Amino acid sequence: MEFLTAIWSEIPAAVQTVIVILLKIVAILIPLILAVAYTTFAERKIIGYMQVRLGPNRVGPKGWLQPIADVVKLLFKEVIIPTKSNRYIFLIAPMLTLVPAFVAWSVIPFADGMMLADINAGLLFVLALTSVGVYGIILGGWASNSKYAMLSAMRAGAQVISYEIAMGFALVGVLMAAGSLNLNEIILAQSGSIFSWFIWPLFGLFLVYFISGVAETNRAPFDVAEGESEIVAGFHVEYSGMAFALFFLAEYANMILISALTSLLFLGGWLSPFQGLDFLTELPVLGAIFGNGIHWFLLKTAFFLFFYLWFRATFPRYRYDQIMRLGWKILIPLTIVWIFAEMLAIGLGWQPWE
Amino acid sequence: MSFEQLLFYLFSGVLLLSGISMVTVRNPVYAALSLIVCFFTSAAIWVTLEAEFLGIVLVLVYVGAVMVLFLFVIMMLDINHNHLKEGFIKYLPVGLLVALVIAVEMILVLNGGGFDGEKYMQGQRHGADYSNTKALGEVLYKQYLYPFEIAAVILLVAIIAAITLTLRRRPNSKSQNIDQQVRVKREDRVRLVKMEAEK
Repeated sequence: MEFLTAIWSEIPAAVQTVIVILLKIVAILIPLILAVAYTTFAERKIIGYMQVRLGPNRVGPKGWLQPIADVVKLLFKEVIIPTKSNRYIFLIAPMLTLVPAFVAWSVIPFADGMMLADINAGLLFVLALTSVGVYGIILGGWASNSKYAMLSAMRAGAQVISYEIAMGFALVGVLMAAGSLNLNEIILAQSGSIFSWFIWPLFGLFLVYFISGVAETNRAPFDVAEGESEIVAGFHVEYSGMAFALFFLAEYANMILISALTSLLFLGGWLSPFQGLDFLTELPVLGAIFGNGIHWFLLKTAFFLFFYLWFRATFPRYRYDQIMRLGWKILIPLTIVWIFAEMLAIGLGWQPWE
Repeated sequence: MSFEQLLFYLFSGVLLLSGISMVTVRNPVYAALSLIVCFFTSAAIWVTLEAEFLGIVLVLVYVGAVMVLFLFVIMMLDINHNHLKEGFIKYLPVGLLVALVIAVEMILVLNGGGFDGEKYMQGQRHGADYSNTKALGEVLYKQYLYPFEIAAVILLVAIIAAITLTLRRRPNSKSQNIDQQVRVKREDRVRLVKMEAEK
């Protein structure tokens, strides 16, 4: 141990910070990738039970090694590059969807101050990154040199841009209530009790945010881009093996990101629902469980993630024109009205969230 | 050379290269992609200048929305690449003239009194708690509230004008009325008939 500390103190300070940051990145990414792998497993299991089936149960005890088997299978598959496709863009496109999906996690506070980068405009940063993710879809569809992939990329791209507007407006409501763009400060603005969470005064915006989050990640019931029961697949028809897996990794990472953001912005993130009830939080051992902490954040994220799977098992797919109508004619006007009401409330000094 | 300078030269080098490739590259999709790289690197330079709000908004608006629509249009149009190269020599003198005028104008502006080296070259450094967003908000919504609101209204008028100018009503086009579809009741679709059982 002394030997290790001696080595550590020998390293120059600049390199030390780089090493610490890299370790933090690894500490975020590895659980994230594992969470993605087991979300696919959870999805198949949960939808299986909802449809009175067992789901995957062959690989490992109760099927628990299924995601690992899937990954190994995809790793060993050949990556086919279609003839006359644009091979560079074809190979860059999956990375272009994956990188923003991962980078956005750098500003997420897991517990009080526990985040990689505590930046002022964290909320905007997340919004900007999620909007960049659409390039992977469009370029992947275009570079495949296939009309099906191209048309599907157009559809998926148009859907993602349309819902981004409603999403951005919902976030405007949150930042008006919190008075800050820093994600940690947004959570601290919700502290007090369960009733100071933003979900109560901003319930409409919460609904809009989560619905447009589902549409943004191209998940059921808005998954016209994939539509596995109608068409083969969307913009990623021509992708195989690991390139295909990267698209799915990004999709699931985005799902978890949206769930995490919904819990941060509207349900107080790592704030405990029992805060303010001092007789519970001051208990000797259980107090740590009832108090604030990362476990509440993970629990809330898992709760919203479950909604994704539940939606997929419950709702029939929207038709494309219905998706556009919902986004432009219902969700966006709703957010504008809600923001206007919020503005009046702030102007008149009636702020229920304070 | 400090780390910050290194970052500046890195980003501005990428910015210049992608700018040049945007003009010279033949494939229009590559040109649009170089423009995206341009926006990204200039956003990065703004962030190093402590203008993080502007930098992120540049990515959000231009990279995230405007360029996506651009790419849509470019991908859907089947542009003939040879046709684009025609007349390069013919238009070269005009292009050079325009470039020269712009260069002279920029030199005049930068050398004039408006850009005093003392005033602008030395960037002030703020502490970690300085929020560019807050500073911009103070200026836009307090100091220059009326000009800002007037600009916003002018933009709104321009949007409405653009929509009304390009709106074409096509009475022959077929489309579904979703409002009607959503509001449909069982009585509109199903007719229950009571009849005697067959014997």
